[in-house]
Amino acid sequence: MTAFAFTFAGQPLLALPTGALFWPDRRLLVVSDLHFGKSARLARRGGVLLPPYETRATLDRLAADIANTQPEQVICLGDSFDDLAAAEDITAEDHARLTGLMAGRDWFWVEGNHDPGPLTLTGRQLPQMQLGPLIFRHIAAEGGEAEISGHYHPKARLAGRAAPCFLLSNPQRMILPAYGAYTGGMDCADPALAALMGPGALAILTGRVARAIPYPYAGSRSSRPRSSSLPR
Amino acid sequence: MTHLPPALSDWFAARGWQLHPHQRAMLEAAADPATLLIAPTGGGKTLAGFLPSLAEITAAPKAGLHTLYISPLKALAADIRRNLRRPIEEAGLPIRVEDRTGDTGATQRKRQRADPPHILLTTPESLALLLSYEDAPRIFAGVQRVILDEIHALAESKRGDQLMLGLARLQSLSPGLRRVGLSATVEDPPALARFLGGGAQILHADPGPDPDIAMLETEAPPPWAGGGGRYAIPDILEQVRRHRTTLIFHNTRAQAEIFFHHLWLANEDALPIGIHHGSLSREAREKVEAAMAAGALRGVVCTGSLDLGIDWGDVDLVIQVGAPRNVKRLVQRIGRANHRYNAPSRALLVPANRWEVIECQAALEAVRDHRLDGEPRGPGPLDVLCQHILATACAGPFLADDLYTEVITAGPYATLSRADFDDCLNFCATGGYALRAYDRWQRLMQRDGKWQLRDPRAAAVLRQNLGTIIDIETLKVRLKGRMGGIPLGEIEESFAATLTPGDTFLIGGEVVRYENLNELTVEVSRQPGRDPKVAVFNGTKFATSTLLANRILDQLQRPSWPDLPAHTAKWLNLQRQVSRMPEPDRLLCESFPHEGREHLCLYGFAGRNAQQTLGILVTKRMEELRLAPLGFVCTDYATLIWGLEPVTEVGMLFDLAQLREGLETWLAENAVMKRTFRASAIIAGLIERSHQGRRKTGRQATFSSDILYDTLRRFDPDHLMLRITRQEAMRGMVDFGRIEDRLTQVAGRIDLVRLDRVTPLAAPLFLEPGRIPVQGEGRERLAEAAAARLMAAAGLA
Repeated sequence: MTAFAFTFAGQPLLALPTGALFWPDRRLLVVSDLHFGKSARLARRGGVLLPPYETRATLDRLAADIANTQPEQVICLGDSFDDLAAAEDITAEDHARLTGLMAGRDWFWVEGNHDPGPLTLTGRQLPQMQLGPLIFRHIAAEGGEAEISGHYHPKARLAGRAAPCFLLSNPQRMILPAYGAYTGGMDCADPALAALMGPGALAILTGRVARAIPYPYAGSRSSRPRSSSLPR
Repeated sequence: MTHLPPALSDWFAARGWQLHPHQRAMLEAAADPATLLIAPTGGGKTLAGFLPSLAEITAAPKAGLHTLYISPLKALAADIRRNLRRPIEEAGLPIRVEDRTGDTGATQRKRQRADPPHILLTTPESLALLLSYEDAPRIFAGVQRVILDEIHALAESKRGDQLMLGLARLQSLSPGLRRVGLSATVEDPPALARFLGGGAQILHADPGPDPDIAMLETEAPPPWAGGGGRYAIPDILEQVRRHRTTLIFHNTRAQAEIFFHHLWLANEDALPIGIHHGSLSREAREKVEAAMAAGALRGVVCTGSLDLGIDWGDVDLVIQVGAPRNVKRLVQRIGRANHRYNAPSRALLVPANRWEVIECQAALEAVRDHRLDGEPRGPGPLDVLCQHILATACAGPFLADDLYTEVITAGPYATLSRADFDDCLNFCATGGYALRAYDRWQRLMQRDGKWQLRDPRAAAVLRQNLGTIIDIETLKVRLKGRMGGIPLGEIEESFAATLTPGDTFLIGGEVVRYENLNELTVEVSRQPGRDPKVAVFNGTKFATSTLLANRILDQLQRPSWPDLPAHTAKWLNLQRQVSRMPEPDRLLCESFPHEGREHLCLYGFAGRNAQQTLGILVTKRMEELRLAPLGFVCTDYATLIWGLEPVTEVGMLFDLAQLREGLETWLAENAVMKRTFRASAIIAGLIERSHQGRRKTGRQATFSSDILYDTLRRFDPDHLMLRITRQEAMRGMVDFGRIEDRLTQVAGRIDLVRLDRVTPLAAPLFLEPGRIPVQGEGRERLAEAAAARLMAAAGLA
């Protein structure tokens, strides 16, 4: 088994090594921060012309997770599109693939700070949603309980390697890693994230295998300031 | 023959100065379209370059730019301005001289564009920037002469390729432009003349007397391993005491820092000694330069930042700490001592460890034999061409045919094919992707047949990205305090990332304590007397040349070593006893356990870059054979690999056909290629250089260039940037040619010696910085064990 199994708010969940979250009892797959159309947004603004393949790469990964888990419901937890125009600009081929993945499933677009408005795509759009005991929103709320969110793109280090990670702080919240191909990360020991973590929290690293380590509270040896690198 | 203005001749005569023969020859050749002057340091070659300009401007004074002088160093441009001003002012010549570098203020820059001086002193990067402005044709229309100082140094890097493209542009703007190249002694003058272009004639100055050079005899022997030459500090201080001014060269900034710190701990007479290297703040460097010019310093600990240029008249001794790596560079460093014509330069070599004793001895013999090394340079790189195309578009619309015709007049691009040029143009315009996603958002558009920026506002960003020097990302270091604190210098971002509050490191010769990261500044406090955690600056790494490597191998074959210090001879004898000696036509491999890991040491003597490639290829093969390699490190002589399983058979690791066949796939996923990709992508304009202040602090918005590399490999494997990366890697960092040469020479004569412990020759590798991890089964095994331990310790298992 390459996924990490755990219980959150009484629900057995799986953190997949790709960065997706799966809830077997509800046949629900959750992914966050896809950032489709990032390269197109940069080009539109007169900047660099990045390889225009991030949507394709992200869809490849999503298609594989959907094939493996056969979900009945999928939640995209905000910042699915790099901006609202990116949702309009999606190529016919990528659109067809996305529609194919959505077919026959309940698909929910939770709004993020990059894509706060209406999309022309099908699926339901909502600012946040509740399923059983769990609440799903893009940005973690103060005093949240049994909450699943994204937004921060957390990363952690293990044995000299940095990787995107889930952060699990029972019983308040779980924060998902960014799932999109062109996404950077924030060190999970960053004060912005540390403030959201209670005692006994875990970081679950993505990679070949989803691997849990204790959350590296600031000041412990394994914390590292500024670990991510930029495309510069 | 151009004659000196009488006022200037009188000024020379009043000082009892006479022109050197090569200075007169330069006046005679003033009308030639291109001249390359080769003269030793201290031969007055810069003045030789300027004399015709001084004569011509004085004879027919008129407003506008007459001569452009390009130097590889900002400091050199400023220094030349001071040196030229004296004869010009004292002889009353009607000539205005100004410099323009990254340090020049905005007001002055603006004024220089509106009203250029007669002589403008600048750097390749500042010239590229000037040429990217819309008013470049007006500024450069009348320029008569361009002087390229230290052209041998520029020719070794992409800065030179960029400069030659700029020169092609200049020649179009001012067809009568004459070129002058000034160079120190080089191994292949005709190649450098071709690089300069314009059918350059070569002028040789008298090379002067041979240097007085030796290895420093020290009280204590050099350590078994390590770098920096700390052991020799008492002996070096004694030399400083005996000379007027001593330059103490180090190969890396980190070593210079550590050495300087310990030198001061031992400097009981408080001899005034300073430090100078590229990571120090500008203020700190200028202070040292000024003190040196004033003769207030007895010594300066320095790096390549003082390799070139500034004429320190009082330097009478050069000490090279650490192996020289390259005979040509050593000769040029030695030339820093005694900047007087016809006086021998005095220099001492200080090997930092026993390996380097052998290399120093080999280098001494090469200098005595007048043997210089040098690797021929390949054709001009395409990433630099991409940048040039974008910069040209910033200046105004252009026709593709015209630009191609102009570019192939530049020496390094003489053989550029039209197809390659068109690929670069297409890349600049559309990104050059197989998926044509940017037809609406092109960077360059064709209007009326001419190429131009789609969004003219993009010019500002493109100009900020000009230049071919890719800095390792650094963060400023400041003392924590009110008002922002005192700037101390910079450290690499990757090094900063390993620091935890409380860690100590060295900068500017003092030990500081890491307190916190404030925006993009590392805040520290002074912590005298603490043991520092070493700052790894990763200075430029030069590989030991083939010439030196071969001479080292020859040294090792001698039956005894009377020319080497006794300690080193003893060490080599020990190696001969417990293992065996590396030989020129064999490849020695040693396998042994050490501290719970298995090790394999390969003595390739192919130079650092090729040894690194060997590390990549061999670890990949080991991964396939399930030997669980974890990482490797290399020196110029050997590669040390560590892993979880012992290596008992090596034949299958070195099949040349197999290595060659699989090279591309094997390299593709490696960190070296990703680093090469990043540098080329920045130069070509695929990635924006980060600028202080423009950089976001919340890092979610940014991501690694490795992702772009992986994406291109997967979806667009024939993309121009991947082609450039492969070419780059093959000739620079990867240096596969030297592996092929070596393995051909070895012809299957590979020896594996299995031992129960570290061998004398392998020991130094354990202290080498720059360890490269291998991501594979071995690391997965370790990560799993580490995660289990952490969970158990936290009671979470």
